[in-house]
Amino acid sequence: MALPEVQIEPPKTRTPVVMNGRWAGYRALLGARMKELWREPEVIFWVFVFPILLALGLGIAFRDKPPDVTPIVVVSNAHAQAVMALLEHSLAANAIHADMLDEKTAFDRFRLGQYALVVTYDGRELQYRFDPARPESVLARSQVDDALQTAAGRGEAVKTQTTQSSEPGARYIDFLIPGLLGMNLMNSGMWGIGFAVVDMRQRKLLKRFIASPMRRLDFLLALGSSRLVLMIIEVVLLLGFGVLVFRMKVEGSVLAILLVAGLGAISFGGVGLLTASRAQKIESVSGLINLVMMPMWIFSGVFFSYERFPKIVQPLIKALPLTALNDALRAIILQGSTLSSQWAPLGVMIVWGGLSFFVALKWFRWT
Amino acid sequence: MDTAILCRNLKKTYDGKVEAVRGLDLEICAGECFGLLGPNGAGKTTTIEILEGLLAPTSGEVEVLGMTWAGHERELRELLGISLQETRLSEKLTVRETLGLFASFYRYPASVPHVLEELSLTEKADAMVGKLSGGQKQRLAVATALVGNPKILFLDEPTTGLDPQSRRQLWDIIRQFQQKRGTVLLTTHYMDEAERLCDRLAIIDYGKIIASGTPEELIAGLSGHHVVEFAIQGGNGAGNDLWARLPGVQKVRSEDGFIALRVDEPHLTIPALLTAVQQQHAQLAHLTTRQASLEDVFVHLTGRHLRED
Repeated sequence: MALPEVQIEPPKTRTPVVMNGRWAGYRALLGARMKELWREPEVIFWVFVFPILLALGLGIAFRDKPPDVTPIVVVSNAHAQAVMALLEHSLAANAIHADMLDEKTAFDRFRLGQYALVVTYDGRELQYRFDPARPESVLARSQVDDALQTAAGRGEAVKTQTTQSSEPGARYIDFLIPGLLGMNLMNSGMWGIGFAVVDMRQRKLLKRFIASPMRRLDFLLALGSSRLVLMIIEVVLLLGFGVLVFRMKVEGSVLAILLVAGLGAISFGGVGLLTASRAQKIESVSGLINLVMMPMWIFSGVFFSYERFPKIVQPLIKALPLTALNDALRAIILQGSTLSSQWAPLGVMIVWGGLSFFVALKWFRWT
Repeated sequence: MDTAILCRNLKKTYDGKVEAVRGLDLEICAGECFGLLGPNGAGKTTTIEILEGLLAPTSGEVEVLGMTWAGHERELRELLGISLQETRLSEKLTVRETLGLFASFYRYPASVPHVLEELSLTEKADAMVGKLSGGQKQRLAVATALVGNPKILFLDEPTTGLDPQSRRQLWDIIRQFQQKRGTVLLTTHYMDEAERLCDRLAIIDYGKIIASGTPEELIAGLSGHHVVEFAIQGGNGAGNDLWARLPGVQKVRSEDGFIALRVDEPHLTIPALLTAVQQQHAQLAHLTTRQASLEDVFVHLTGRHLRED
């Protein structure tokens, strides 16, 4: 049976008739979503302030400390002065602080942990008293011995050269910031989409929307677009913070970083949508979201490298979307890798995002 | 007259067990205000949501403006205005923004300032939805339905929980819409609302229509259009049969110490009642007389009240 053609005519009213274009609904949904987010102080805190506080706290806790100075004591006798002179002229002069005390006081203070090593020299033989159970004591023994022997004229069997490394790019904060960025994109993607959708379902707002001529695709597009807008702000804030406060160096192109972060945001948006596709209550979706994110907090190398986990689970860890996002972000930000060299992690994110989005669409409940 | 909404032998069974709607026929004409009246859980919301295309019926046919939901969902959505029983609109948007959002979904929306004016929301246009009173929120919910310039307005329990003034305000809005040739379908469990607002109504109980017609027809259908209600103290404990024998009494009901007589001619019944009370050596503690209402129709048909408070 052929369906009758129905023409929707403009209503005959006295007020001027406005006609909405195809994308009016999408634009209004996106505008409304952004306004709602902006007016929610908690969102501003968790999405923008919290990660920066976290970076600041961890950056200070793991900042580069000045080199340790090892306190040692030389037992005062006729030859003590010679030992002090040798130490003063050794290469390790900056790393060793030596005091001169009588034997009894020296041993007492060593026992109390004030000194790491007691050195006695009777003119023929050097005697070291150290505690093998105290790492700094062991270190002091070999450090002082080395310094004294070299200063006394021992040559090097093999020529060595030493360079100190605490360059930007290799520090903990450099490792941390891309990881925090990845984690933040996951958090805000999962909560920003998952929580919002279930909240609207619980308030029967989704049902009210589909009772109007709103296009369902527009609704999902607007949700996704709002994530992308937030993503740009998140990336700029966190990276900008790293560059300005911790003198972090961004090696790769900003465009590549934004593309990877955007893919991550969309991918986690898909996972968030799937998590929220059927839940009726905020409480149940909150539990689900935490359950999904938990393994990634632990395994995906946010705060420490996932290389520390056993070899056998490494392929599983690499298949997690947050691992892929963190790997790609670190490669581009820290090593200046190109986008195309990161095809493997990008592929992982596309598969997660794509699969979860399509399953979510199949399962999604509007009512 | 054109038919706006038509349904035949509508049935809805949830999970193969709960029969919410059990064979319902409706024909609602364009331009009328039609009410579905019934107690909570009677199947009103299920019925209206099927007609709104939000729920699929288990069986039966639905036609709205001559179209089916399967064939013309997009067109129908453009032509209907729907207010659900409880929608909590976003609290962090203003009234104007909320209305603008809903207007954006329609091809030919009404002008937002115009709708704000019509629903007396202009003063609150820039207030956050979260700050509105119950009545204002409900007016906004109806505004989101009207902003699409609908031909039919669906309202599910539009005045539940509102104060009397807000209820009257909403009634005025619904009448205004109807005067502009709009069709209204509403559900309610308030008999006064149904009586004042609806041109025709159907009384629903346990998923079936148990009576339908204009409010006047339904009340006229009762034998005895008046109700005499009284209470007595003392006396010999007269039974209901004594009251049933009074002249003109059609039906006797006693409840909570009150006795309600449904009568045709109160001026014959009341003097006889007074005499009977005196003969029983009892005192009249209460006496009122009123026109029969839809409530009495419902009680007559089901033996229960519309609202069990």
